[in-house]
Amino acid sequence: MTNPALVLMLGAVGVPLLRGWPRRVLLAALPIAALVVLWLLPEGTAGSFGFLGLELTPLRVDALSRVFATGFLVAALLTSVYAMHLRDSLQQAVILVYAGTAVGGALAGDLITLFVFWELAGLSSAFLIWAGRTERSHRAAMRYLVAQVTSGLLMLAGIVWRVHAGEGIEFGYLGLDGPGGVLILLAIGIKCAFPLLHAWLTDTYPEATIVGTVALSAFTTKFAVYTLARGFPGTEALVWIGAAMTVFPIFYAVIENDLRRVLAYSMINQLGFMVAGVGIGGALGVNGASAHAVADMVFKGLLMMAMGAVLLRTGTAKGSELGGLYKSMPQTTVLCMVGAASISAFPLFSGFATKSIILEAVAADHRTVVWLLLLFASAGVFHHAGIKIPFFAFFAHDRGYRVAEAPLNMRVAMALGALVCVGIGVAPDLLYGILPYAMDYEPYTTAHVVNQLQLLLLASLAFTVLIRTGLYPPEIRSVNLDVDVLYRRALPAGWHALSRRTSRLGDRFGPPLRRRTARLWAVGTAPLRPEGRLATSWSTHLMVWWVALLLGAVLLVTLLR
Amino acid sequence: MTAHLPALQVLVPLGCAPLCLLLRRFRTVTWLVFLLAALSSLACAVLLATRVDDGPLHYEMGGWPAPYGIEFVVAGFNTPVLLVVSVVAVVAAVYARRSVGDEVDDRRAPLVYTCLCLTLTGLLGLTVTGDVFNAFVFLEISSLSTYALIAMGRRRRALLASFRYLVIGTVGATFVLIGIGFAYAVTGTLNMADLADRLTDLDGNRALYAAVVFVFVGLAVKMAVFPLHAWLPAAYGEAPSAVSTFLAAASTKVAIYVFCRFAFTVFGAGLVFTTMPVGEVGLLLAALAMLVGSAAACFQRDLKYLLAWSSVAQIGYIVAGISLATAAGVSAGYLHVINHAVIKGALFGAAGLLVLRLGSARLDDLAGLGRRMPWTFAAIVVTGLGLVGVPPTAGFASKWALVSALLDAGAWPVLVAVLASSLLALVYVGRIVEAAWFRDPPADLPADQPRAPVSMVAAVWALVLLSVYFGIDASLPGGLADAAAAALLGTGGA
Repeated sequence: MTNPALVLMLGAVGVPLLRGWPRRVLLAALPIAALVVLWLLPEGTAGSFGFLGLELTPLRVDALSRVFATGFLVAALLTSVYAMHLRDSLQQAVILVYAGTAVGGALAGDLITLFVFWELAGLSSAFLIWAGRTERSHRAAMRYLVAQVTSGLLMLAGIVWRVHAGEGIEFGYLGLDGPGGVLILLAIGIKCAFPLLHAWLTDTYPEATIVGTVALSAFTTKFAVYTLARGFPGTEALVWIGAAMTVFPIFYAVIENDLRRVLAYSMINQLGFMVAGVGIGGALGVNGASAHAVADMVFKGLLMMAMGAVLLRTGTAKGSELGGLYKSMPQTTVLCMVGAASISAFPLFSGFATKSIILEAVAADHRTVVWLLLLFASAGVFHHAGIKIPFFAFFAHDRGYRVAEAPLNMRVAMALGALVCVGIGVAPDLLYGILPYAMDYEPYTTAHVVNQLQLLLLASLAFTVLIRTGLYPPEIRSVNLDVDVLYRRALPAGWHALSRRTSRLGDRFGPPLRRRTARLWAVGTAPLRPEGRLATSWSTHLMVWWVALLLGAVLLVTLLR
Repeated sequence: MTAHLPALQVLVPLGCAPLCLLLRRFRTVTWLVFLLAALSSLACAVLLATRVDDGPLHYEMGGWPAPYGIEFVVAGFNTPVLLVVSVVAVVAAVYARRSVGDEVDDRRAPLVYTCLCLTLTGLLGLTVTGDVFNAFVFLEISSLSTYALIAMGRRRRALLASFRYLVIGTVGATFVLIGIGFAYAVTGTLNMADLADRLTDLDGNRALYAAVVFVFVGLAVKMAVFPLHAWLPAAYGEAPSAVSTFLAAASTKVAIYVFCRFAFTVFGAGLVFTTMPVGEVGLLLAALAMLVGSAAACFQRDLKYLLAWSSVAQIGYIVAGISLATAAGVSAGYLHVINHAVIKGALFGAAGLLVLRLGSARLDDLAGLGRRMPWTFAAIVVTGLGLVGVPPTAGFASKWALVSALLDAGAWPVLVAVLASSLLALVYVGRIVEAAWFRDPPADLPADQPRAPVSMVAAVWALVLLSVYFGIDASLPGGLADAAAAALLGTGGA
C-alpha cells in the first residue's frame, strides 16, 4: 500500500527540476494523485515494522483519519494552484512537503510516526516564513521554529513517558489521566494555539510570504485538532479552553489593523469551536470538530488567498491603507465575500453546515454558559471576519488604487475554494457522509435557520445603527481606531480600564525592562562568546588548576563518604 | 596468520610510520602507505569483529603467558571502537590526499602521514591492549603524535593550541600513570583481568580510591569532559582539516572506551559507581558539558570552532549514558560513540572543503554559498540535523536510547539538560543554514573558483550516507552497542 503522504513528499522533489507548464501540471497533479491513492486504500493498518524494539504502524486508515487527510489534500490542491505563478520553486516544493507531513500525521498509526511528522511539519513550514528572505522574516521564522520545536520536545517527552509506563506507542485515546497525557496535551496546545500558548501564531503567520500564509493557515493547527480529536475526545477541560479561545481573539481582532493578522486571530476563534467540540466528545462533538476543521481549511484558506491577492497587487494588507478595491478587483471581491459568508456561517455556506453541529452538541449536553459564549463568539466572527475584512479591503473609502485583477491561477484557486464552500453549504450530506460517526442531524431546520439569521441580522443591524447615528465616523483613516473604541465601549467598562492601565504600565516599565533584559543578556552571554572568559582558549595554568580542583574534589567526596 | 590478527591490527600501522618517514621524498607514496595502513586495520577489525561472537580472543604478545607478558584482548566491548577508528581512518586517508596537499607545506606532508600512522597505532593499541601499563604507552604514542599533527595547522595559532594541549594532555597522561602506579602498588600486577581478580579482596583501601580518582581525572582530560575540555576547541579548530576530521571522530571516543574498560572490567562497577561517586560526578559534569558546550557553540564565529564546541556537548551525552552504569545507559553511550563519530567526521570534513575553497571557515564568509556549493552544504545540513537529533537521522536513534536510559534511571535533571542542549543545537545548526542560504553573497566573490576535489567530497558523503543509514536502520550500531554493554557489564559485574 502506498502512503499518500509519500506521494506528495517524493513528488515534491520533482518540482525544482521542472519549469513552466510541466511544473504547474505536477503541482496540481500530485495532490489529486494523493487523493485518489487515499480513497483507494482499504480501512485498516499496513506496513508495520519494528524499530528499536517498538512496533511502528506508519499507515492507518479509518474514518477519522480519512476525513482529515481528505481535507488536507483538498487544501493542498488549492494552495498549490494558488502558488503556480511563483518562480520560486523552493516555496512550491515546501508546500507539497508540508502538506505531506500533515497527511502523514493524520494517517499515523503510532505515536513515533506521529512525532516524526509533527516535527517535520514544523521544520518544513518554517521555510515558508524564511522564504520572505528579509531580516524580519528571518527573525519571525526563528520564533516560529522555537515554538514548533518546543512543542515537538514536549510531545517526545510525553511519548517516552508513556512507553516507560508500559502503555506502548499505539496512537489511540490518550486521555489527560494517562501517563504523559499532560505533556502531550501541552504539545498539542502549542500547535493548536490554546490561550497563552497562542502568541506564536498571530505573531508569525502574517510574516510569511503571500503563498506561505495560505499554506500555514491550512495545515499545522488542523493537524493539532486531529491529534486532539484522536487522543483527547470528551476531556472536560477542553470545553472551557475552547470557549475561551472563541472569545478572547475577538477583542484583539477588532483592534488589529493588519488584515492578515485579523484573520490569524479569527483562526484561533474558529479553532476554539473545534476544541470545544472535541471537549464535548461523543459522536456529535467529534463529528462537528472534524467537519468544521475541513470547512475551516477551505474558507480560511479562501480568505487568506483573497488578502494575499490584495497584498500582491497593492503591496499592503493594512485596513487603514486599503479601500475601494471592488472596482479594480471585482472577482476577488466576490470570492472573498463567499469566504466571509462561510466563516460567518450564513445558511447555504459551509460554516453554517459545520459550526451548527458543534453548537448542537453543546446544547445537547445542556451547557448553557458555554453555548452562550459560543453564540457571542459567532456574532464576533461575523463582525471582524464577515464585515471588517471585505469592508475595509474592498469598500469603505476609495484609496485610489487602480490595480490589475489577481493573477489567473490565484482566481482559479479562490474559485475552487468558493465552490467547495458553497458545495458543503448547499449539500452538507456530501461532507456528513464521510464523517467518523454516523449521526442523525439535519442542519436546515426552521429553528436553525431562523436562529442563525436572527443572530446575523441583529449583528448587521447594530453595525448599521452605529453608522446611522453618526457613531461611525466618515473619515476612513480613523475608522479603524474608532471601531476599536466602539467595540471597547460595548465591552464591560472594566476591560477598558484594565487595558488602559496595562498599556500605561507597559509604557512605564517596558523600556527600562527591555533595556535591563538586553544588558542582562549581554552580560549573561559574554563568557560564551569567542573572546569570553569561558569560550576563549584557556591558558595552561587555568586548565591545570581545573584538573587539580576536580581531582581534589572527587578525592574529598570519596574519602568523606 | 589469522591467529595473529590482534597483533597485526596494531603492528601494521606501527610499521608503516617509519616507512612513511623513509619514503618522505615521494609524497604520493607516503599517502599510499597511510591508506594501506588504514585499509589493513579496517580489514583486521572486520575480521576480528566477526570472530568475537564465540567469546573474547586473547593474544599473548611474544608467547609470554598472560599475567606476566603483555596480553591483547578483543571482545564485544572493543570491536565497535576498532571498527569506528579504522573506518574513520580509511575515510580520513581518502580525504587527506587533496586536503593535506592544500593546507600543509609540501615538505611537511610526509610528516603528517607519519604522525597519522602513529596516532592510528596508538588509538588501536589503546583499544586492544589488556595490560594497564601498555595502555599508558599507547596513550602516549597517540597523544604525542596528535600534538605534532595539530601543530601543523595552517595558522600560527595552531602552535599555541598544540602547546596547550601538550601541557594539559601530559598532565592527564601523568595522572593516568600515577593511578596505574597506585593500582600496581596495592596488587602487584598490571594485567587488567588479573588486576580485577585481585582487587575484589581489597575492600576500603584508600590507595585504591586514589588510583581510581587519578585514572579517571586523567582520562577525563583526554575525553575532554567539561571543565577539562578547554584544549579541545582550539586543537580541533586549528588542526589541518584532515587531521581534525580524524581526531574529532576517533580520538576522544577511544579515551571514552578506555574509561569504560577501566571502570567496568578493571576496577569493577561496584567500586567505581557504588562505593565511589564517579557516576554522580560524571552525570553532573555531563549535564554541564551539554549546556555549556551547546551554548558556547551558538556564539562561535568560525565553523570549525563551532563544531568543536558542539563536540564538547555531544561528549556530555556519551558520558551521561556511561555514568548511569546500567545496560541501557552504556549501550546508549556506545551507540552515540558510533553515531557521533560518523556525524562529526562528516561535518569536519565538510568544513575542510570550505577551507579549501575559501581559505577560512568563518561563518561570515559562508554568506550565500548554499547555492554555489550545494553538495557541501547539503552534507552539513543532513549531519547537522543529526546533531540536533531530528528523526530519522542517526542522532535521533542514539538520543532516543539515551533518553530512555535516563528515564529508566530516573535522572530527570540530566534529561532536562539533554532536551535543552538539543534546542541549542538547533540554534547553532540554524546559524549555519541561515548564513549559507539566507544571506546575500558578498559582491566581490570571484566567479570561477576551483571545484571541490572529488575524493574529498566522496569521503564526506560516504560518512553522510553512513549516518543516514544508521538513522534509518539502527540494527548494526545498535547490535554492536548492546553487545558491548553486555560484555562490559557481564565481566565486570558488581
